[in-house]
Amino acid sequence: MSYTASEMMTVAAARALGNEDICFVGIGLPSAACNLARLTHAPSVKLIYESGTIETRPAVLPLSIGDGELCETALTTVSVPEIFRYWLQGGRISVGFLGGAQVDRFGNLNSTVIGEYARPKVRLPGSGGATEIATGCGQIFIIMRQTPRSFVPRLDFMTTLGHGPSGRERRELGIPTRGPTVLVTDLCIMRPEAESNELVVAGMHPGVTREQVRTSTGWEIRFAGTVEETPPPAPGELAVLRDLHARTAAAQGVADNSSSI
Amino acid sequence: MSAGDILPLSEAVARYVHDGDQIALEGFTHLIPFAAAHEIIRQQRRELTLIRMTPDLIYDQMIGMGTARKLVFSWGGNPGVGSLHRFRDAVEHGWPGPLEIREHSHAAMANAYEAGAAGMPCAFFRGYRGTDLPRVNPDIRFVRCPFTGEELTSVPALRPDVTIVHAQKADRQGNVLVEGIAGVQKEAVLAARRAIVTVEEIVDNLGGKGTHAVILPAWTITAVCLAPGGARPSYAHGYYARDNAFYIAWDEIARDRATFIAWMQAHVLEGGQ
Repeated sequence: MSYTASEMMTVAAARALGNEDICFVGIGLPSAACNLARLTHAPSVKLIYESGTIETRPAVLPLSIGDGELCETALTTVSVPEIFRYWLQGGRISVGFLGGAQVDRFGNLNSTVIGEYARPKVRLPGSGGATEIATGCGQIFIIMRQTPRSFVPRLDFMTTLGHGPSGRERRELGIPTRGPTVLVTDLCIMRPEAESNELVVAGMHPGVTREQVRTSTGWEIRFAGTVEETPPPAPGELAVLRDLHARTAAAQGVADNSSSI
Repeated sequence: MSAGDILPLSEAVARYVHDGDQIALEGFTHLIPFAAAHEIIRQQRRELTLIRMTPDLIYDQMIGMGTARKLVFSWGGNPGVGSLHRFRDAVEHGWPGPLEIREHSHAAMANAYEAGAAGMPCAFFRGYRGTDLPRVNPDIRFVRCPFTGEELTSVPALRPDVTIVHAQKADRQGNVLVEGIAGVQKEAVLAARRAIVTVEEIVDNLGGKGTHAVILPAWTITAVCLAPGGARPSYAHGYYARDNAFYIAWDEIARDRATFIAWMQAHVLEGGQ
């Protein structure tokens, strides 16, 4: 069964979630991956969106973080101050799913500006929930399309702490959570190396070459001693994912929005 | 002013929204008070400080129409679509005028509204650690917990001159019912000096209250205004759905200055709500 690089990325990210996880979900790629996990191998995963919807089970993917579908299918809905204070800061969330415009080799993220802050070339949306999700959740999964423009040697702005500019700052700041433990792209899977916390390639999707990964990364990417090949999407995973996107497109009366972040 | 007065929206805006005010039009994706924003644009308020977690299309329109001097926010995108082009044009090119920004995270804004509602000067939380945001926003500071010595983050309370929210219903005494995703509306109303609530309908009795009902007593509200459809293209739980197709269409409308102005002219300045 043929599949796209984007489908491979979503399936690989979904597989990282476990049935016991309580997950803080972002819109776009994370939302597709989390709901795919819920509809396949992790039926008990608890999905929480920052609009305050807890244990939500949307039949279609939301376009915004507060679509009615999320509230209507949630176990309960709480206020926005409550979701950030009691549930995120209170330490109830095991996994946060994030993306950004730029990522560096230590999993730090920029979603604020390209260029100088005072005179930006491109003004991006900003933190939203990301800044505190990154420190409040037990661990962070990052999902991003891999290009040399977005996988950069140096961020223009540090919106969201990964392992810090040198890979050690999270520990130095005494932040008890683990930070980024996996980065899933449309080409490969990266994980932080044990001592340095530098992201190294731990797995590659079928048909992807090391050269492709190198030319798609803005820093000199390193490969783990053993690089595994990601199992391709199973027919069941693909069927559920495509069905989810088709239902979403039909409900929104628009083209599939699976590519937006 | 008396509590929970039921007024036409145009009169409420004329009386209670002044040039130079700090105003918060809240609603987290749900119940965004577009009708009120359009009335403010029609009445040509200027030099406003716009406060809102997610500026969304509502502040894209207010910024593009020149009502704002400053923006306090935490996520300035078109949800699921991309950029807010009028917001970007203001920050990147100073059009239609310079826009000062005071940028936060969601957690900070939510805490700051809560502190405002609680009558506190500032909020304490764990936030911003290891990031560049404290470097560009002087309102982000750090203090030590007097009991544990832990370093905590502090931001000043948000105390808007006016908060405006949209809700499903009010009764004839001006008590308001909000159902569904309630965002930060309760905190933003209780933090404000004056509060205006637009509603889908005014009823004799608020009736059975759903599981997530939030009630705002009339005496916490300055004015209640009937504005059916007043949250469109956002949504009102139980009344109408979010117009996702319009949020997508806005990307093209707002991308170009002239297209934007023409749209606002036809749909807001002349069309009215």
